[in-house]
Amino acid sequence: MKRTRLTDHLILLLGVFIMMGPLVVTITTSSYEPEYIHKHGLQLGWGGNFVDTYSAVLTEKGGFTQEITGLLMTQNSLILGIGFAIGKIVISMLAAYAIVYFRFPFATLSFWLIFVTLLLPLEVRILPSYEVVQGLGMLNSYTGLILPLIASATGTFFFRQFFRSVPEEMLEAARIDGAGPVRFFFDILVPLSKTMIAAIFIIMFVVGWNQYLWPTLMTTEEGYFTLVRGIRQVMAVYIGSNIPDYNEAMAMAVLAMLPPALVIVIFQRMFIKGLVESDK
Amino acid sequence: MGNVSLKSVAKIYPNGTQAVFPTNIDIQPGELIVLVGPSGCGKSTLLRMVAGLEDITEGTVEIAGREVNELEPAERDIAMVFQNYALYPHMTVFKNMAYGLKNRGTPKDEIEEKVRAAAEMLNLSEFLERRPSQLSGGQRQRVAMGRAIVRNPKLFLFDEPLSNLDAKLRNQMRVEIRALQRRIGVTAMYVTHDQVEAMTMADRIVVLNGGRVEQIGTPSEIYHRPASTFVASFMGAPPMNLMPADYNGNGTVQVAGMDLKVGAVGPYHGNVSLGVRPEDVEVHLEETAEALPFDLDIVEELGANRLLHGKIHAHPFVVNVHNTATVSDSRMFLRIQPDNLHLFALDSGRRI
Repeated sequence: MKRTRLTDHLILLLGVFIMMGPLVVTITTSSYEPEYIHKHGLQLGWGGNFVDTYSAVLTEKGGFTQEITGLLMTQNSLILGIGFAIGKIVISMLAAYAIVYFRFPFATLSFWLIFVTLLLPLEVRILPSYEVVQGLGMLNSYTGLILPLIASATGTFFFRQFFRSVPEEMLEAARIDGAGPVRFFFDILVPLSKTMIAAIFIIMFVVGWNQYLWPTLMTTEEGYFTLVRGIRQVMAVYIGSNIPDYNEAMAMAVLAMLPPALVIVIFQRMFIKGLVESDK
Repeated sequence: MGNVSLKSVAKIYPNGTQAVFPTNIDIQPGELIVLVGPSGCGKSTLLRMVAGLEDITEGTVEIAGREVNELEPAERDIAMVFQNYALYPHMTVFKNMAYGLKNRGTPKDEIEEKVRAAAEMLNLSEFLERRPSQLSGGQRQRVAMGRAIVRNPKLFLFDEPLSNLDAKLRNQMRVEIRALQRRIGVTAMYVTHDQVEAMTMADRIVVLNGGRVEQIGTPSEIYHRPASTFVASFMGAPPMNLMPADYNGNGTVQVAGMDLKVGAVGPYHGNVSLGVRPEDVEVHLEETAEALPFDLDIVEELGANRLLHGKIHAHPFVVNVHNTATVSDSRMFLRIQPDNLHLFALDSGRRI
């Protein structure tokens, strides 16, 4: 059934306005001088300082120790986002593979134990997690940033459901074809899970990219700062009597929003496909 | 090409259910054995035990003189065709067929050669670069067979390979599978619940019921000398008519108040089930000696034949006559040759 009504469009337009409005204001405001913004508030016009602001944000060394640039922060964010997503996919696929295909004692119990960790989000266990990372000597390292977070109940759950929907005969055919557990995993399951992997990659990338509390605690050296943390850093000078670089903060916010938005725009088809259908 | 023998093979599931009772089957080289029975009769379990997909609880399975109980499916030198084809959807037809060979470390050019030859044999040459999703049901089934052929196994296993196809295609594939199996000369086990498939394809049929073998024999033996009432009613469409009767032990059976001579039967005395194939009767319009009165209810037209549904003394009875036969709306009289009367013990259901 296909119907296009005026009200539908109005609702969609309203949605677009609410979602995109702030983004547009952020972009336009970032092209003004900070003093101007301080005096006149958010701007919808075009300030003409666009290129200057962004090149300053990307290349100018900032922070306390003067060793971090916007570019470096973007790189850190990317490392965190991608490492986080790939790590989660690898670990949860392997966990789901073990749970679904191997009859080990307490397999169901193991699964539910993993699942129950959903009740314990990072914020609840942040102090013990910190202690563990600290004890392992992984503070201020990419490993410390990424590794403790890659166990994923959600990912394991998605892959478990997906693997269970793969027909049993596929496994049997592979066994008769002489594929052992490793071959079956890489030759059959991984290619079959392609769309699923893409969908989970998108979700996890965005989650990793947007991490704030965790990197704040795990890394104190400015060389490990991510974009999300950088925004705060720019605003922090407000404590003095200086006018903070509003335009740079806005620019950094745009930079921080851009990659997740791009990932979703580019991969949304695959994302939906991964969640609703499978080509088995 | 390798004979197969099952020696007292039984399956008991961990929860205590006995799916298969000790079963002995000997399969000759090049023979096609069809396992047939209603769902839950253990036919698939039996096949899967031979394949190695299911543990064997008791007994031994030998393939080409080698006990395979403890071997992995891939080491048993078998190939299997599944009901849902079980093709790898992300691989091309070529890769699907080559996968088993690749895993065995077969050299690339040999794989190429074997797959091409199998594709040729199955008319799949032009589809080698397609994905399974781009093929029709029959073509997919052929790819599944190609995957089995390229390995040149000692034994072919078919697990209801045609039940996902429509009726017309099923008839065609039935013939194709049979011809192919003949041509390659490979020993084969074929599981189906369809008695027509069993009758038309098998060298010998194994009829299973409730995890036990009811009868092993050629299609003709199964049809003409069913070993039990179960076989009699399972094989043949419409099934054999069964009526309660009395056997006095000296060559005549009493049914519906009449004495009928029977052919050679074993020593027995007492209540029996009398079996008559619907096509093994002569229909008379006039009353004749040793003829059972038959009251017609309805006629089913089958084209070449007609099925007459009616009653003999309140017992439902079906007669299959040629469409040229004269039929009256009222009472008719059925004569049955002594050799066409099958007697089964009433309590055990076994043939006398």
